[in-house]
Amino acid sequence: MNPYAPVGIFLAVAAIASAAFCIVPGLLARRRPNPTKSQAYECGVEPTSEVGGRFPIRFYLVAMLFVIFDVEAASFYPWAVQMRALRVYGLLEMIVFVVVLGIGYAYVWRKGGFQWR
Amino acid sequence: MIPWWAIALIKAAVILFVVVTTFAYSMLFERKIMAWMQLRPGPNRVGPWGMMQPAADAAKMMFKEDLTPETADPLIYRLAPFISLVCAMGTFAIIPFSESSAGIWGMGNVNAGILVIFALTSIGVYGISLAGWSSGSKFPLLGSVRSTAQMISYELALTMSVIGVLILAGTTSLVGIVHAQRGLWYIAPQLVGFIIFIIASVAETNRAPFDLVEAESELVGGFHTEYSGLRFGLFFIAEYLNMITVACIATLLFLGGWNPLFGLSIVPGIVWFIVKAGLFIFMYIWLRTTLPRLRYDRLMNFGWKFLLPVATLNLMVTAAVVAVTAG
Repeated sequence: MNPYAPVGIFLAVAAIASAAFCIVPGLLARRRPNPTKSQAYECGVEPTSEVGGRFPIRFYLVAMLFVIFDVEAASFYPWAVQMRALRVYGLLEMIVFVVVLGIGYAYVWRKGGFQWR
Repeated sequence: MIPWWAIALIKAAVILFVVVTTFAYSMLFERKIMAWMQLRPGPNRVGPWGMMQPAADAAKMMFKEDLTPETADPLIYRLAPFISLVCAMGTFAIIPFSESSAGIWGMGNVNAGILVIFALTSIGVYGISLAGWSSGSKFPLLGSVRSTAQMISYELALTMSVIGVLILAGTTSLVGIVHAQRGLWYIAPQLVGFIIFIIASVAETNRAPFDLVEAESELVGGFHTEYSGLRFGLFFIAEYLNMITVACIATLLFLGGWNPLFGLSIVPGIVWFIVKAGLFIFMYIWLRTTLPRLRYDRLMNFGWKFLLPVATLNLMVTAAVVAVTAG
């Protein structure tokens, strides 16, 4: 038997339980919608502008940086597990990798990519 | 002979029941402990010593009116809490709670355990970002974009901080990592990794002092402003389950899992596991009552400019030591 099969069953049970949690209140709770209740919350005043106007580009930058560094973290994992077999050779290889990455990191730092204003 | 899938079904139901009960009572204990730290009695009306408070809260949430703003995207708005909760519950499929002659106490031994857990918690971010985006309202949108940026930033430090443990253990299986700690718990050689793990995990689970996601003084309630009733409750459960998951992972990776302290192997492994994870959860609550919330720019700078390089340095030093001494 595949060791991941019980994990799949667990996820299925978790999904069913969560779905039940999502459906039950719809059956139990009373619903009396009115126009004021179904308005988006804005501290009690009429919404003054549309949602999703201008947005700081910073968040977009963070997402891009995250992709780069997360791929890097993912490539550390197989190396880490095999470290005892690779020994000094593996260490030198990874030092080269980290130095290349460090240059990119220093560049982003200099350009102010991590600076949150 | 009972087929394996029936055993797995029963196990899954039992684990989920235990985990949700643990959630309910750790929430009560959080409120009690916070109250004592602030010299208040805390919840004490429902049942003796307030012990029925979680049940009362659940019943209240179930009968609350379920509002959907007319600007919301109905399908995604309903899907978001579901995603959060499934991912938060799913991580418990991987966690081994103890071990006895009968086998592993949990769903089994998965060879890529820690990777599966990180994968599930990463998908959990979708729940929060979709919730804020689909509400069609300003505060939730701001809160969710903020929290997504925070969570992905600290996820980097979190994934990097555990690599040192993987180098020492030479496996990604959680059971294997615990077995490798029979002699020495990894908190000793990986103290830096452990501290980074604590900080990053508090940020990752959106707990104080990193709870800028909620930041009720500036963002009303963050990404769940528009949610009411049990749908709001689901986010609450998911956040709490994530906290319990992180406590379990810290126990398994750094605190020796179910390995006994001082060679006291008479005490069963599950007791050790619960004590260690419980202490970790208590630390979370302690942090919440002690520290004020961080400012957002400081939070992001700290994650990118301090935690990430220190975590990388820690793992390279660990690798160097292992490379030189392994033999």
